[in-house]
Amino acid sequence: MSTILPSPTTAPGRFGPYGGRYVPETLMVPLFELERAYEAAKGDASFQAQFQNLLKNFAGRPTPLQFASRLTERLGGPRIYLKREDLLHTGAHKINNAIGQGLLAVKIGKPRIIAETGAGQHGVATATVAAHLGLECVVYMGTEDMARQALNVARMRMLGSQVVAVDSGSRTLKDAINEAMRDWVTNVRTTHYLLGSVLGAHPYPTMVRDFHSVIGREAREQILAAEKRLPTHLFACVGGGSNSIGLFHQFLCDPDVKLIGIEAGGRGGQLGEHAARLAAHQGFTGARPGVLQGTYTYVLQNEDGQIATTHSISAGLDYPAIGPEHAWLADQHRAEYSAVSDQAALDAARLLSRTEGIIPALESAHAIAGLVERLPKMTKSDLVILNLSGRGDKDMDTYSRLL
Amino acid sequence: MRALGTIDGPKLRENFHTELILETRIHERFKTLRNVGELGLVAYITAGDPSLDATLQFVLSLAEAGADVIELGVPFSDPLADGPTIQRASERALKSGTTLARVLDLVRRIRKSSQVPLVLFSYYNPILQMGLEKFASTAEAAGADGVLATDLTPEESEDYRRILGAHHLDTIFLGAPTSTDERLAKIAACSSGFLYLISRTGVTGAKDSLPDDLPALVRRARAVTQLPLAVGFGISLPVHVSVLGGLADAAVAGSALVSEIEKATKAGVSRSAIDAAVLALTEKVQVLKHAARHGLSRREVAP
Repeated sequence: MSTILPSPTTAPGRFGPYGGRYVPETLMVPLFELERAYEAAKGDASFQAQFQNLLKNFAGRPTPLQFASRLTERLGGPRIYLKREDLLHTGAHKINNAIGQGLLAVKIGKPRIIAETGAGQHGVATATVAAHLGLECVVYMGTEDMARQALNVARMRMLGSQVVAVDSGSRTLKDAINEAMRDWVTNVRTTHYLLGSVLGAHPYPTMVRDFHSVIGREAREQILAAEKRLPTHLFACVGGGSNSIGLFHQFLCDPDVKLIGIEAGGRGGQLGEHAARLAAHQGFTGARPGVLQGTYTYVLQNEDGQIATTHSISAGLDYPAIGPEHAWLADQHRAEYSAVSDQAALDAARLLSRTEGIIPALESAHAIAGLVERLPKMTKSDLVILNLSGRGDKDMDTYSRLL
Repeated sequence: MRALGTIDGPKLRENFHTELILETRIHERFKTLRNVGELGLVAYITAGDPSLDATLQFVLSLAEAGADVIELGVPFSDPLADGPTIQRASERALKSGTTLARVLDLVRRIRKSSQVPLVLFSYYNPILQMGLEKFASTAEAAGADGVLATDLTPEESEDYRRILGAHHLDTIFLGAPTSTDERLAKIAACSSGFLYLISRTGVTGAKDSLPDDLPALVRRARAVTQLPLAVGFGISLPVHVSVLGGLADAAVAGSALVSEIEKATKAGVSRSAIDAAVLALTEKVQVLKHAARHGLSRREVAP
């Protein structure tokens, strides 16, 4: 069987035609500096030791790979394992990358950190790491997201971070990134932009993936120990795509492992009603390759190249572009992407809560819904790892209103 | 070099291979300014704010009042390099139905009555979605002279430069205070028409003073290129323009003009509101142009 290696085929920072660096000139030299610092850190034993130490003793790695026996029984299909990133400190996988980039900020001498956040999980992780490392921290968040993820706003403030309300555009993640970029371009000499997903200009998509690849490395070892074989399917939700790429990356060269990313289908296929960039096959319209916020990738947009508004019940998936490596994996048919509706995600959240005693984040609930919808195509001999990227505390308002 | 073209339009000159190539209006205007030792004034406004018909009037008035080059901002949904003033203008322009195709049509309409040098100032995505070839040929046919894409740097611009160059459009790139000398040289090598220097790290928007390290940036750029240097971001007052007279070849005023339009049309987009905006823009440009003519001139300062 032939293996397609989804490695960059053109310039560094490119995944096939996707990726690159599309930023105002002011940010170019800082991006080169960041790339050099990151490359140096990869081979720097003391940096890696610090990173591993914080992952273990501060964040709580390794996370368990739990056999979901009652969910498996209920669904009556493949054996299902959950990668429990929800058990990490701060409640989601986001802390992996926040620790890595936080240490990098210290290394390159930037005393101030900024971040964007959608669901608030990346903001909380960044605020946490900033407090732990003694860095000043400012988090940009859309006002719509601040309302639906109020608990996380309170947590960031408790941790000493400033949360800046962004009231422009759709008042969600995209607009928070615009505002963070404006801060960065202004304060770039003292400030590191701790971007929270595999988005933005090179080196972010690669660097953020690498910091999260610990998810897949652990999961691979754990499943081999438990089942003596590789999984047949990996499931993960995809907003920008950080938790999914973190899980997928260690399995890219195993062609028998199907990689399945689940996007937010929102209320329907019409542009503006969803955040599905790679699910045109299901009738989700409006995605074409384009440039948004530093990278060339699939972007939801109108015919004139204006970026579309998106809708998802999940703040963390409510974004018009997808990480450039996912765009490439989709083009190569190495990973499959599909979308599930708001309602399917809500139903899946209830299902997991009542079968396994785990209340998932709305984002992770999309992955569960994706698995449920794929069941007819699967058999009992299949073996699934599903990345449970975050816990649902932050979504209790939504759940108690709608369930 | 001998000019072979018409009196008002772009001129033809011979290049090394004795082909006839088109001089853009931008090149001609900077040559004239250099000859008389005068600082140029580049005026930015967002096209379609509050309507494309209004923009047509604004451009003609700006040119009449003494603006040497007009930058027409193409509104974008996510203007991440812009401050609040131009963000709001972009929102108003999008709300009035402005698209890149309509801005190109506006260029065509401007050309019916003015030969003022015109630069399209856009984010990259709208250009990319139109398609580089279609964009460049339409822009050329409409009578545009140059293009500046805010979020496009030399590294990602090979096709863009080749295609725009083939359609005789100047490609203008930005130099920033964070750009190293080596990068400034590279940016200049990819630029034609003029080099646009960003005065400060930051987004667009009027400021009270110019940054202390601006002269150093201009000197660094001067050392690596013969291109005219235009300085923008934060230029709003006559005193800024006066100071630049001793340093640069042109000053760019943007947010300061856009906020005049905003003020005049705040209560509504009536005929009289547009007239008031025309008056305010004319006065602003006259004041700035006066400072450009009577501040320190490059000829007086240059060795």
